[in-house]
Amino acid sequence: MDVPGLGQAFAAQLVRDLRLGFRHIGQAANPLVFFVMVTTLFPLALSPSPQLLAAIAPGVVWVSALLASLLAAESLFRQDVEDGTMEQLALSPQPLSLLLLAKTTAHWLMTGLPLVIMAPVVGHALFLPGEAVPTTMAALALATPTLSLVGGMMAALTVGLRRGGGLLSLLILPVVMPVLIFGARATDMASGGMETSGVLSLLAALMLLALSLSPLAMAAAMRISLD
Amino acid sequence: MSTTLAPWFGWLALLLIVAGTIGGLFLAPADYQQGDGFRIIYVHVPSAWLSMFAYVVMASSAAVGLIWRIKLCHSLAAAAAPVGASFTFLALATGSIWGKPMWGTWWVWDARLTAELVLLFLYFGYMALRAAIDDENRADRASALLAIIGVINIPIIKYSVEWWNTLHQPATISKIGKPSIDTEMLIPLLLMWLGFTCYFFFLLLVRGRAEILSRERNKQWLKDALGATS
Amino acid sequence: MTESWKDARFEASGLELWRGDRRLFTRLDFATGSGELLHITGANGTGKTSLLRVICGLTLPETGEVRWRGQAVARSRADFHAELTYVGHRESLKADLSAVENLSFELGLRRELGADDMQDALETVGLARATDVPVRSLSAGQKRRVALARCLLTAAPLWILDEPYTNLDVAGRELVDALMTQHLQGGGQVLLVAHQNHGVRQSGTRTLEMS
Repeated sequence: MDVPGLGQAFAAQLVRDLRLGFRHIGQAANPLVFFVMVTTLFPLALSPSPQLLAAIAPGVVWVSALLASLLAAESLFRQDVEDGTMEQLALSPQPLSLLLLAKTTAHWLMTGLPLVIMAPVVGHALFLPGEAVPTTMAALALATPTLSLVGGMMAALTVGLRRGGGLLSLLILPVVMPVLIFGARATDMASGGMETSGVLSLLAALMLLALSLSPLAMAAAMRISLD
Repeated sequence: MSTTLAPWFGWLALLLIVAGTIGGLFLAPADYQQGDGFRIIYVHVPSAWLSMFAYVVMASSAAVGLIWRIKLCHSLAAAAAPVGASFTFLALATGSIWGKPMWGTWWVWDARLTAELVLLFLYFGYMALRAAIDDENRADRASALLAIIGVINIPIIKYSVEWWNTLHQPATISKIGKPSIDTEMLIPLLLMWLGFTCYFFFLLLVRGRAEILSRERNKQWLKDALGATS
Repeated sequence: MTESWKDARFEASGLELWRGDRRLFTRLDFATGSGELLHITGANGTGKTSLLRVICGLTLPETGEVRWRGQAVARSRADFHAELTYVGHRESLKADLSAVENLSFELGLRRELGADDMQDALETVGLARATDVPVRSLSAGQKRRVALARCLLTAAPLWILDEPYTNLDVAGRELVDALMTQHLQGGGQVLLVAHQNHGVRQSGTRTLEMS
């Protein structure tokens, strides 16, 4: 039997997930709202002094982005497994890794990309020097896909579990620590006026590694979870 | 097999550790800078080595179990995790005890200590995932996948943490375990290292055996074996 | 199309599955060919659903092998999945999408649909008027019917049905029987798990009792 091509399948999955996401735009916006709220906590908890905030801004932006991605990972596959549509995906003639990659892409477009776009606003509120903003955006654009992909792997591993909540964070955090280190450092270096292309290429390398390995791991994990 | 090998590893470990301890505590000269405080490396260095080694053993045995569907390997991986986590904890504890007289504080964000800490989190994640899945078969395979993801990540984490550390810390803090070392100091260290490794395999075999027995408690061959002895 | 269905053969040999400490089944062998229906029955908890999931390739058996057209399914998963359709306990529909949206996405992963195929299938299962409302506002029985429409549209030789009669009224149950009969006459094959007796009246139906 002639099965539609990979590109077609990827696009179909992507479009379906985006359409579903936009029907519940409030839910999809949760990680973004969370990101902004966590960054507002720091001035409240420490002090509104511009010098202090500017000093901690790189760390705050990156820790908040990381936490927002944890929150986002929870919802990546849960619905599909609960209503049984994931079973049908696993039984389709298309590679499950491809379909899950498409789902993760849609998920990144709705939860990762908004963080990148929101970064200048948050950076400004934290008195991050203006010259650090473009680098921060570039670094976030390279880092958030990695966060989504790692989140996808771990979400696929834990999706069927009743006690999944805190576990997911415990699994994701150690693995994404390098992203935090390089990302925060990129912002930090840029605000000190240093050359950042080296750090950015490290982030890009991590993204490529995640992009090449995680779809297979996600599919394997999902098949285990559906078992 | 486990019953015959385990005592060998056990006695060998005991012998080596006793010899290493005597050598390390009494025969090796005190460090001219650190005095007797350095002697804690005889515990610290072997534990730090084993913390990594145990993870690799765990991940490779889990990978073999996942690919060729061998239950024995899954049992070994499950047995290795708590042992590895304990060695990681020991490495962290001895590192911070050593740090108190050296750096004047219990904890510094030294690259190696930080990497050990992240490793401990990886072990915790592995054990938590195992514990969260009721079905043994699924727990085996899911945690095996996690261990493989972790082992790919360890070099990246180590590299990034070291990179981070050189940027933030003045280079004057000497790293644990890499001093230029005297032969008299080195021999006990090697003995301890070998002894700890034997001890690890001893624990692995004993725990692995217990793990297999508890899994197979309903299988016929086990009932037969127990019936024959009692 | 049905020509290639004639020589399709499904075989399961030596299947064994454990759930925790309990062995659900062991040394299970069966096979079906074109035009044959295997009705799998048994009390609750005898592993009927688990067996179907093993057959589909969702669950790994402890031992044993499933073969389709003589090929081990574990090694040619995509080929096997292209030729089966599975109706599980759940209808596997997105509540926020309409029946048409749900079906056109899933079938888009499998084959090109003709212009009228979708409408025809929905009419056959008696849902001609409920196609554009979100699935969440359909009744349980209507959702079942959407799942049956998916079965039809997949145009796969092997149907694997887990309790297809659930939630259906008398007319709906008769519809399931009619669809299965038609599928068998066209050279297809059916693996059916159901508590109750099916209403397929033709040769080539067998029963497997699980205990």
